[in-house]
Amino acid sequence: MSEKSPVNWEQLEAKPEFRALLARKSRFIIGSTIFFVAYYFALPVLVGYFPEIMKKEVLGRLNWAYLFALSQFFMAWALAFIYTRKAAIWDKEAAAIVHGH
Amino acid sequence: MTIAVWMFLAFVVATLGITVWAAKKNTGASAYFAAGRSITGWQNGLAVAGDYMSAASFLGISGMIAFFGYDGFMYSVGWLVAYLTVLIVVAEPLRNAGKYTMADLLAYRLTPRPVRAMASLSTITVSTFYMVAQMIGAGTLVKLLLKDLPWISTEWAIIGVGVLMVVYVVFGGMLATTWVQIVKAILLMTGTIFLSILVMKHFGFSFAKFFEAIANLTYTDKSGVEVTRNFLEPGMKFGASVTNGWGPLDLISLGLALVFGTAGLPHILVRFYTVPDAKTARVSVVWAMVIIGIFYILTTFLGFGAATILTPTNIVTDNMAAPQLAEALGGPVFFAFISAVAFATILAVVAGLTISASASFAHDFYTNVLHHGKEHRPGEEVRVARITAFVVGAISIFLAIKLQNVNVAFLVGLAFAVAASANLPVIVLSIFWKKFSTTGAVAGLAVGLVSSIVLIILSPSIMGIDAPDVVAAKRHLIQADAIFPLTNPGILSIPLGFLAAIIGSLMKREPEAEAKFAELKVRAHTGLGSEKATAH
Repeated sequence: MSEKSPVNWEQLEAKPEFRALLARKSRFIIGSTIFFVAYYFALPVLVGYFPEIMKKEVLGRLNWAYLFALSQFFMAWALAFIYTRKAAIWDKEAAAIVHGH
Repeated sequence: MTIAVWMFLAFVVATLGITVWAAKKNTGASAYFAAGRSITGWQNGLAVAGDYMSAASFLGISGMIAFFGYDGFMYSVGWLVAYLTVLIVVAEPLRNAGKYTMADLLAYRLTPRPVRAMASLSTITVSTFYMVAQMIGAGTLVKLLLKDLPWISTEWAIIGVGVLMVVYVVFGGMLATTWVQIVKAILLMTGTIFLSILVMKHFGFSFAKFFEAIANLTYTDKSGVEVTRNFLEPGMKFGASVTNGWGPLDLISLGLALVFGTAGLPHILVRFYTVPDAKTARVSVVWAMVIIGIFYILTTFLGFGAATILTPTNIVTDNMAAPQLAEALGGPVFFAFISAVAFATILAVVAGLTISASASFAHDFYTNVLHHGKEHRPGEEVRVARITAFVVGAISIFLAIKLQNVNVAFLVGLAFAVAASANLPVIVLSIFWKKFSTTGAVAGLAVGLVSSIVLIILSPSIMGIDAPDVVAAKRHLIQADAIFPLTNPGILSIPLGFLAAIIGSLMKREPEAEAKFAELKVRAHTGLGSEKATAH
């Protein structure tokens, strides 16, 4: 990684636009990580410690336990979709910062 | 049954064809280790899925659902959610800052030699554990699936899988490995979707009838008593009442290892170096998530289908639930197809493990630790990687044959625990924490690795007292009461890994590493200066 590069990294990093972009990105990354970790671990906690509630049938024979487990898949896909949309905007902003100096 | 052998041979011939084609394109290190960074988003998505969905998922989870109902399905969920960590936290910075291995990201602003040596040790440990488990699985499968062909022994199955994976990796490099994984992913999805349709056809394509049958399942249990149970209700495997109260906590601990370990699995991480840029890496994770998600949702049909149509009474062993279901619904040809797919699955996973282990040894240890980052002769790194692949293959064959009658069910869990406790903390801290230092990285890797292994040794996976009539393959390795109550160490070893990395960094600060953080940040978030694709 020691090859000479013409890029002035410190100068780019110090740009207010770059710092603002990074702050927004970090906010999303931290927020969404807390969200999916909480959503996911709610499943083993509820099923493990409150099995009677989770055994209640809601949709035909389907109970809360199965529906909540199934909802995890759609949660993961939805969050992935939202992240991809956001990331496409960040890509454009990052490119503008890099080329605008 | 010979039909299964022919189908598998067709897969072998096709993949060897791919290897010959890939070998012609293998010119230089970037082509060998990273497929010239020319793999497209959807291709890499399929390859990630093919690298990840092991026989343990396909056969093991179907069997777990067939015997334990809902608890087996809950086990499925973590395997997809884990990819959110890969997508949101790890994939893009890794692609932007690294070259061939996980350690590239760590070595970017830390002192390369100690960090690479430790990261290489951890990579090779994770890959070897995982590989030996897969190869023993191949041996067991042969015994179960090819009963009427006794000349194919367990040993020959292990040797065959080992030799094929070495051939793919040594001659075809990352390009051949990628396409073997793509073909496998397509075969596995085809088999799974078709089997699911057959299950629904059995129930007249009525979900109401299907779930009614699951909720009202009558079968004869082990003691010969007829029981009726609701297989949609949780608690048959991990419930507090069947596990001395530790089950729920053990499941949470397993979830932690899955959700944080997947993003630390070296053979998954190296896949993101095979695409042209971070944006394609992101697209490929989304493709992988679609495929992996559909697959794990379909385990509902495989597992519950086996439970209702075959009933647990008639399933030989958990790994046979899906193949037996295929035979019952699709006849001998479909059974043969599913059996061949199971072998293809193992082959694609072990090839991915072999190339990531040998790339780490050649790139991290040989070139950067022993030779200070300089290649003495052109092509030396690739040559060393090829020799390493041979050695890794030989060692794995030896270990798998030696351990085939030992209870090794803990090995895959151990691989995930090490990935989550040793690799993930240092990856995350090196991307997000300015004060992260070499001492912190070495401490985090070492503590995560050692604590996972020690806790597993003290756990009920290895320690336990068996009745004298328990067969060797199911016996506990240490005949004494377990000291650590959980089979999954993640809940303790992951915080230990993070803690060691943080304390180590605060104890010995590193001004040069902090100074380079600005550069890493710009690189990771803009892709400036990242490794480019080579033209084919």
